[in-house]
Amino acid sequence: MESKSIALEHDEDVVVARGEVRTIAAALGFTLLDQTRLATVASELARNVVKYARAGRLIAQPTDSPHGRRGLRLIFEDTGPGIPDIAAAMRDGYSTSKGLGKGLPGSRRLVDEFDIQSAPGRGTKITVVRWL
Amino acid sequence: MATAQRIPILKVGRVLVVPIQTDMDDQTVVHLQERILSELERTRARGVLIDISLLEMVDSFIGRMLSDIAAMARVMDARTVVVGIQPAVAITLVELGLELTGVATVLNVDEGIKLLREEFGIEERDEEEESCGELSLLGEQINRA
Repeated sequence: MESKSIALEHDEDVVVARGEVRTIAAALGFTLLDQTRLATVASELARNVVKYARAGRLIAQPTDSPHGRRGLRLIFEDTGPGIPDIAAAMRDGYSTSKGLGKGLPGSRRLVDEFDIQSAPGRGTKITVVRWL
Repeated sequence: MATAQRIPILKVGRVLVVPIQTDMDDQTVVHLQERILSELERTRARGVLIDISLLEMVDSFIGRMLSDIAAMARVMDARTVVVGIQPAVAITLVELGLELTGVATVLNVDEGIKLLREEFGIEERDEEEESCGELSLLGEQINRA
């Protein structure tokens, strides 16, 4: 299955992103629960891109582990303001806006792999993987 | 907002019934919250029943809306019940770290009405209303595009 790139600029793009991720996850054979987890992660992280960076994209990439396990990798990248304090941002309840501070730490709990790279003024790239 | 989705708000006796049947963008969520509160004020309903059985996902934004509606409705002397949350959605919510503080949740609409009536003492019938069991569609009509 091919990778898919989804532009993240407006509120509606967040809805598109979670819908597409669910569709791809279902096609890959993920359970309903895992489809829900992946759609929720897509929603949280896509919203962050739209809210903080206003422009970015999501790449949904079916992948295989070295052991032949199927999975879905989601890459969220933007060229926004970046995250000054990643450790703080990963803590439950931390938010620089009026959010609940559940987006990043909550998303990490819903996937198997979570990687975040960010440089102030340069942007943020978050990569998550859930294995089948 | 030209393409904003319209979520119906139905008044059944003294309860506002809100069937959410489509995935909502954030603007629609905020708008729905405002509409529910203004309908509460206008109709003096005592209960709010939000049916999310068709929602395939509840993220932190929608979760917060549900908590906020319950808290604000409470200040306006109304109780809120969320019905029909799917098991996969419930599990994901807990893993995400959301507790839906202050929100009563039940399995279906029947249970929701029962809870509002028995636990919260909200009569189904509105004494000011002349006919019983009348369904009135409030606000704008549902847009079936």
